[in-house]
Amino acid sequence: MKTPKHPISEKEVSHLAELARLELSGKDVTEMRLHLNKILDYFKMIDEVDTEGISPTYHVFDLVNVLRDDTPHSPESKDLLENVPKKKGRYIKAPRMI
Amino acid sequence: MSSESKKIKIGLEVHCQLTSLKTKLFCNSPSDYREKPPNTNICPVCIGTPGSLPVLNRNALNYATMVASSLNFEIMSHMIFFRKNYFYPDMSKNFQITQYDRAGGVPFAINGYILLNDGRKIRLGRMQLEEDPAKISYDGTIESSSETYVDYNRAGIALIEIVTEPDLESPSDAREFLNKLSSILEHLNVLDLGLEGSVRCDANISHRGGKRVEIKNISSFKEVERALNFEMTRQKSLASKGISVSQETRHWDDVRRITISLRLKEEEQDYRYFPETDLVPVTLSETFIEKINHDMPELPKEREIRFQQEYNHSSEIARVLVKDKYLADYSEKAAKESIAPREVGILLAVNLPPFLNEIGKDLKSLDVAPEHFAELADMISKGEVSRRSAKTIFLEMLKTGQKPRNIFDKKGLDVISDSKSIEDIVTKIFKDNPEAVKDAAKDTKAINFLLGKIMQETQGRVDPSIATKLVKQKLSVQ
Amino acid sequence: MTARILDIPVWEVVKKIANQEISSEDYISETLERIQKIDPKINAYITVIKEASLDKALELDKQIRQGKTVGRLAGLPIAIKDSICVKNIKNTCGSRMLENFVAPYNATVADKIIREDGIIIGKTNLDEFAMGTSTEHSYFGATRNPWDSSKVPGGSSGGSAASIASFEAALALGSDTGGSIRSPASFCSVVGLKPTYGAVSRYGLVSYSNSLEQIGPIARDVRSTAILMDCINGHDIRDSTSKNTVPQRFADIFKNTVKNLKIGVPNEFFGEGVQKEVHKSIWNVIHKIEKLGFHYEKTTLPLVKYALPAYYIIAMSEASSNLARYDGLRYGFNVLKNNLNWNTTFSKNRRNGFGDEVRQRIMLGTYTLSAGYFDQYYLKAQKIRTLIKQDFDRAFKKFDILVVPSMPILPFALGEKLNDPLSLYMCDINTVPANLAGIPSISIPCGLSSGLPIGVQIMAPPFREDLLFKAGYLFEENVTIDKSVGEFTNV
Repeated sequence: MKTPKHPISEKEVSHLAELARLELSGKDVTEMRLHLNKILDYFKMIDEVDTEGISPTYHVFDLVNVLRDDTPHSPESKDLLENVPKKKGRYIKAPRMI
Repeated sequence: MSSESKKIKIGLEVHCQLTSLKTKLFCNSPSDYREKPPNTNICPVCIGTPGSLPVLNRNALNYATMVASSLNFEIMSHMIFFRKNYFYPDMSKNFQITQYDRAGGVPFAINGYILLNDGRKIRLGRMQLEEDPAKISYDGTIESSSETYVDYNRAGIALIEIVTEPDLESPSDAREFLNKLSSILEHLNVLDLGLEGSVRCDANISHRGGKRVEIKNISSFKEVERALNFEMTRQKSLASKGISVSQETRHWDDVRRITISLRLKEEEQDYRYFPETDLVPVTLSETFIEKINHDMPELPKEREIRFQQEYNHSSEIARVLVKDKYLADYSEKAAKESIAPREVGILLAVNLPPFLNEIGKDLKSLDVAPEHFAELADMISKGEVSRRSAKTIFLEMLKTGQKPRNIFDKKGLDVISDSKSIEDIVTKIFKDNPEAVKDAAKDTKAINFLLGKIMQETQGRVDPSIATKLVKQKLSVQ
Repeated sequence: MTARILDIPVWEVVKKIANQEISSEDYISETLERIQKIDPKINAYITVIKEASLDKALELDKQIRQGKTVGRLAGLPIAIKDSICVKNIKNTCGSRMLENFVAPYNATVADKIIREDGIIIGKTNLDEFAMGTSTEHSYFGATRNPWDSSKVPGGSSGGSAASIASFEAALALGSDTGGSIRSPASFCSVVGLKPTYGAVSRYGLVSYSNSLEQIGPIARDVRSTAILMDCINGHDIRDSTSKNTVPQRFADIFKNTVKNLKIGVPNEFFGEGVQKEVHKSIWNVIHKIEKLGFHYEKTTLPLVKYALPAYYIIAMSEASSNLARYDGLRYGFNVLKNNLNWNTTFSKNRRNGFGDEVRQRIMLGTYTLSAGYFDQYYLKAQKIRTLIKQDFDRAFKKFDILVVPSMPILPFALGEKLNDPLSLYMCDINTVPANLAGIPSISIPCGLSSGLPIGVQIMAPPFREDLLFKAGYLFEENVTIDKSVGEFTNV
């Protein structure tokens, strides 16, 4: 499979930024596109490798069934709320949805 | 089945919390998050604190295997977990740990089914194990709330997701399906359906060939039929006006009981599923699955058959009783206490439901012991009370929680059996209704009026056959 | 009392503290003074823990005087990379995003260090979220190389390695996703070990690329490195990927010198990107070892050529997901603007909380996982990973260890590669293969060129850290490095 030298368009960069929830200005998009394409061009190098019939290595060693007993611990909630930027009582405040 | 409803195709995506687990799916935080103050039932893992790591709950695996097995699923022998990546304020990590059927992944189980009463098979495409998100509350509605409040107490609770094929043909099919599913899950003791929010449902509905509408946010099984009925009517009414239904996601507003389009920006979903390598693969051996099956509690289908054999219930009564585990357990307690278990079945499966419907309550909320039902059944079977008196006692018992025998004694509802007393009553009725006596002498059909009066007078305590005999005798001598 | 106590090998210091030849109080005080004096020039630390460290030292000295048994790290000042959680201490990950984030719990390794009476003296600088090879991508400013403060210290655990090289700590922890321990160890001329995947618990290490990374020890010599490894390795029920067996113990392995070592030297690690000074230095040490009777053989791991792109695809993919949690709700940078919806708020928080390099990697990882590109990038890279692992499996049937350069180049000037990410990525070319294969790997100082350090990298089969320590010790014994030529490398 041959892909164009610069796989990502500015439109695609903007779409990715939306998916990743990263605000990008128009200038950012242009700059980002240049950087991304440079690196993606380099990544294309892996096309040279024939991986037909090869399984992916998601886990490097063959551990299976690592399980935990269903025994509750008392929750450690106190310190966890210390880092919350916006609270209302014990609720974590989030922006409006719509 | 009307030809109209056959045009409907419904599929359900059911989420059930495994509420019988003591801890969450991937951490040791307790699973009983309900009623707790916000954000007190959390730990670094379930709130997604940087550096924390998930570890799978052993019992979740056992429970999921039981569920899959009892829903006739084919359980996968080797599986990995995946991350479903999407941002939302109820997501502590902005990805959900779940399962996936592509990219080398498999669901927990595939190809299950549930049979409806008429034998139709509702196919269950897949089942998977995943974590529940947090809960968001609003000032007013989701649309009007200028800020929102997140409580992570629920985040990380173990969920099983069961996805049906679009095999359901009407909202009532959906209800029957969900009743059967509920009963099975409750018989497995893996969840308590009575707990608020323990089950949730998304539904999709379409007229044959038409666009598919998703209904999200249906917060209990009971609401499903309602939501589907609303949506079916909405779609039909659009169709009748010549407006085509658009493919969209609508939310069920359970206060206003309507589905609403949120008019959210329709964003192309790209969940970027990929393996969750903080968890290692799970393998389920045949031996393991056999052991789970061996130790499995009795399922509704088996119980239905046993009820017929053990308590002499008719097949219809047995089916009604096992529809709901609480009712089934209750009826079994009563049946064990009674010399007439078959009568118990009739009381609970035939006489009780109309009463409950009328007062809008369920059996659980009544203060009546199973033993009361047993006692009443015994009194009926021994002929101590007439059917009519039995009904009086039954209603009184349900309303007050008193023992049938006490009601019986207080109201003097014993059967009037000595012929002298009955004769006196007949004489009194003849005297009070001379016109009717004349009519009855000419036309035997008019006897029923006199008999009715006698029953009214005695509150049904005389045996109708004795009363008929005496009335006929008295008419013939006049 | 003089600062010279800092110069004593740490594996000896721990004995001297235990038998009251040196007090922990003196050692900690000297270290704190050293930090105060030179860290403004090095910037190894983001957080220094002064009072608590001194208190702990006094307490330990008292216990030792009373004859109580103390832990294996008793009284030693230990620096921890600022992506590893230490309870009640800021854990910034070198990012504005976590500038004010206080860790609410201890990483398992921190628990273990505390249990062994080690004194956590501070949290060290790093490339933001461990993404980098130079420790220039930190919100808290670049760390400088103690040998030459105009040069980078390597990265991403640059603060940890620099703290060791400059005597600002006795021992340090780093994390290594694609070379982040070995790169700064090499550039700062210290010893750094990336353990086998699963040997050390990752619980409490803020994830960058969770299927590749490990926490590991950094020290000035091999024996001291082994002491720290001894204390941090082992199974942890909180990390599902941690190996569920009795861990190896390394404290005694230096008693017997190694006799036989089958050494492989794979060509692919000496490619065109490797500077001639590095070549020369590595071959120099290999030949010295050969003269001692250890034979080496050249070999080949052909698929290693593709390790770097495969590594970056996997790492960025995982990073895009691991860093999704930073949205400013539960912790982290929040623009604190009202009346924006959640989508906009998240996007603003993340745009302003993350630096350029992190944003760029998140973008790339989002791309390589997205519909239509998954098979082409992520899946393909994971398949190449299989092939690379097979290459190593084959090699280790023949050899006990593989010896290669840690870094292809000498420490470079600050800012030199900042505008060329790809040339920075190229620095990881020799370190990423071990992460892909999950095998252990160590970097040992092997020489200087124009006063700048060069490190030799040794790789071994899974869970054979013992071989790395034995071989590393052998190499160390046969190399002399003149620390007096460095700016901040002698006390």
